[in-house]
Amino acid sequence: MIPGDGAGGALMATVALPLAGSLLAVVLGRHGAQVAGGVALGVGAAVAVLAAQVAGGGVLRVDLGGWAPPLGIALMADGLAVAFLGLGAVVMAAVVAQAAALFSTRGGESRAGYGFWPLVMVLWAALNLTFLSRDLFNLYVALELLTLGAVALVAIGGQAGPLAAALRYMVFALMGSLLYLLGAVLLYAAHGTLDIDLLAIRAQPAPPDLVAAGLITAGLAVKTALFPFHAWLPPAHAGAPAPASAVLSALVPKGSFFILWRLWFEAMPDLAAPPVLTLLAGLGGAAVIYGSALALMQGRLKMIVAYSTVAQLGYLFLVFPLAGGAGAAQPWEASAWTGTAFQALSHGLAKAAMFLAAGLFVMAVGHDRLEGLRGLARTMPMAVFGFGLAAVALLGLPPSGGFTAKYLVMTAAFASGQVVWAGVLVVGGLLAAGYLYRPMAALFADAAPGPLTPVPRRLQALPLLLAGLAIGLGVASDAPITFLAIGRPDAAAEGL
Amino acid sequence: MAALPILILATALVPAAITFFLPQAAHGVRNGLNLGGATAKVALVVWMLVEVAAGAAFETRIPLAPGLFLLLRVDALALLFLALSAALWLLTTVYAIAYFRGKPDQSRFFGFFGLCVAATTGIAMSGTLISFFVFFEMLTLATWPLVVHKQDRASLDAGRLYLGCALPAGAALLVAIIWLESAAGPVAFTEATDLDALAPWAQRAIFALFVAGLGVKAALVPLHGWLPAAMAAPAPVSALLHAVAVVKAGAFGIVRVVFDVFGIDRVAALGVGLPLAALASVTIVWGSLRALQQREIKKRLAFSTVSQVSYIVLGVALIGPAAVTGGLVHLIHQGVTKITLFFCAGIYDERAGVKRIEGLDGLGPRMPVTSACFSLGALGMIGLPPMAGFVSKVYLGLGGLQSGAPWVLGVLAVSSLLNAAYFLPLLYRLWALPPAAAQPDEQVWGLLAPTVVTAAAALLSGVVAAWAISPLGLASLIVERDYLR
Repeated sequence: MIPGDGAGGALMATVALPLAGSLLAVVLGRHGAQVAGGVALGVGAAVAVLAAQVAGGGVLRVDLGGWAPPLGIALMADGLAVAFLGLGAVVMAAVVAQAAALFSTRGGESRAGYGFWPLVMVLWAALNLTFLSRDLFNLYVALELLTLGAVALVAIGGQAGPLAAALRYMVFALMGSLLYLLGAVLLYAAHGTLDIDLLAIRAQPAPPDLVAAGLITAGLAVKTALFPFHAWLPPAHAGAPAPASAVLSALVPKGSFFILWRLWFEAMPDLAAPPVLTLLAGLGGAAVIYGSALALMQGRLKMIVAYSTVAQLGYLFLVFPLAGGAGAAQPWEASAWTGTAFQALSHGLAKAAMFLAAGLFVMAVGHDRLEGLRGLARTMPMAVFGFGLAAVALLGLPPSGGFTAKYLVMTAAFASGQVVWAGVLVVGGLLAAGYLYRPMAALFADAAPGPLTPVPRRLQALPLLLAGLAIGLGVASDAPITFLAIGRPDAAAEGL
Repeated sequence: MAALPILILATALVPAAITFFLPQAAHGVRNGLNLGGATAKVALVVWMLVEVAAGAAFETRIPLAPGLFLLLRVDALALLFLALSAALWLLTTVYAIAYFRGKPDQSRFFGFFGLCVAATTGIAMSGTLISFFVFFEMLTLATWPLVVHKQDRASLDAGRLYLGCALPAGAALLVAIIWLESAAGPVAFTEATDLDALAPWAQRAIFALFVAGLGVKAALVPLHGWLPAAMAAPAPVSALLHAVAVVKAGAFGIVRVVFDVFGIDRVAALGVGLPLAALASVTIVWGSLRALQQREIKKRLAFSTVSQVSYIVLGVALIGPAAVTGGLVHLIHQGVTKITLFFCAGIYDERAGVKRIEGLDGLGPRMPVTSACFSLGALGMIGLPPMAGFVSKVYLGLGGLQSGAPWVLGVLAVSSLLNAAYFLPLLYRLWALPPAAAQPDEQVWGLLAPTVVTAAAALLSGVVAAWAISPLGLASLIVERDYLR
């Protein structure tokens, strides 16, 4: 299809607007917040137009410059892609609102305030591109841009700790990029294309393609912080300023996971052999247990929330043996697939809510050590309530998007006889209750809080709003589930 | 008509949602909202009672995901629990408003209080297992802020223990549900579920998971530890927890599982009824023994609840018609009786500063209304005729004989003796010992009025048990109509 209609324009705008905004923010300097606000509105509108188009008219494909693959590059918006674009738009809008207050230029300019806006917008453009692109090299470019933006956001404060964390992040990310690039080169040499839909026809379940797929998967696993490549994530996510942490934890790993998902379900579904799929899920399960166990041992709120990300990302990998390979033709495939998409969306909303709430607590007491949070339930009820609701979603308790996800994946696990993955869900949920209970108990403890910086109510409303959406995703999950199925490969007509 | 279940949920949910955002000083708005919601709920439930008696059915479906929906459905059993929760919520709201006068964090309290009631209402009306689970977990979460409401050390410890028990229980329940449904399809309470796809051992394992998952809330030994600890909560919370919300949700769930998920024939065939009855009996005796050792009034009452709630489980596990009737009617009888006792304990604490049983010495003449109500409640728990508790015990005993389990009579006898042993000394202290010097003032109508009403209910539901509209009449109707077809 040739772009030109409104929907094609909207699709391009989701990438072009943040990119343009990023450049503009460099030029305008102190007015970065206003630029970002405008971009957030624009992208929000574009995503709304896209969603309406995809819901009404099905999958939208745009060949860039009118050149079809293998000559050109295609962008595609299916239900999954638009849902993730929507997640990005919602989280970014909240982040922009909080960052505008945090990096206010009223008290003089700071390096962080100046650098944040161009970086966060370039990161957003790259993220949206990972959701839309159908070309593995184009995806590589997006991934690199995403990583660079993310690393810079970690380091933006300039303190020694976050700088070291950013450096470590950079080393891991570069390794991941190299592995990915190597795999892509092998594929291109063998098939003369990196287009996902052409690869789906040409790829063979033979050693060369398997090696290539393995390299790409390893690279993406590093970037998604899959156990045992997770070590870079907690200090990086915890060290960044809170609005940046929200973006890093809620959105950035979803980008690389999204490519992994496209690779195994769309580009090379035939290569998915059971041992590979089980290995991925096994590492995911280990991430759930290990990440949660480490989260239990942290004494700082942001570290707990960051380790929770390691654990929550682990759940996503359970999709591979349940919905991939031979599972693809089974009735439980749809449950596992949809449940995992729900987990990604719900975690995104809840985790952003948590980091924004944590940012407000830091704003109020000046640090995020647990004992310092005592008594905040009285002074900041809205933010604490938002944190609590987000915890409900992360625990997978009803009614929340996390529960819908857990229910669907667990149903698939039992139906397929792979009960061990259900065990991971149960244990992970209980461990999450353990590590999230500690901050909740601290917030509710009876203590006269020390001197507090007052936090405006409208900022407290942001985490509550995001967490409310994570809950709402579970209350009204019918429509999103139908929407996610639009354009799904071999969509089973009915799930379990 | 189909919207009536949703309306009933909304009477609790909407005031709760608004209450959260009210400032502490907005007493008029907050009290008006909560009383209005509670009154509206009572009115709607009465309307529903009339309609159901005329043969109407209420069913509402809320889709969640393909193949997954919340089903709100009102049958006679649901109505029994609904009526209890509606009436006691209204009374507890009146009590709580008086109790919390001048205390901080009222908006938070009444917000979660409303959520808690909404969840209980949802549990009563759930028509499928998964709907039940959703509201069951909502109840777990909504109760925690109430338990830790005072925010002191003891409350937080109690809250941690509560979640530490309730969350793993919820996980066990979820596993049981999904295991069951992955083999048998979605389970609705109306239709018989065909479990034959599962091996008998798997069916037994699922039943055990259900009992473990529900048994924490129902405070079955050895899963009961959280309940006495939760005494750290304010009196209205304890009243609600013990009479209608949490422990009843667990017991009600066990009723549903036995009758509407497995069915009595299958429970008998699997041979899981007897172990459940034995577990309930152990709980009955153990709870009473532990109650005997407590010196704090609320702790003693809490262990008494552990014991009494298992009467419901015992009746259901014995399966015979009289036993089931006795179990179901005890759902109501234990509710009104125990809430009376907790209301009284709250008044003793608030107005006289008395927390331990030694403090009760001679309080009877000084606080005559409270003490009279307390005495009625205590006698009801012992099962003295014509109190409500007597009716329950008679039916349970008869049921034991009917079901070929005469040992139940022994359990009941031992339990009644122990009940007497831990309640009569309190009555002796209240009325027979010389009064202390202080003259406490019990004249707070907001605290007294609900207490008098529930005490009267505990007496009346025993006196008029033979009438068709009494709790016993309703319980017999449920048994005849739904379970002994």
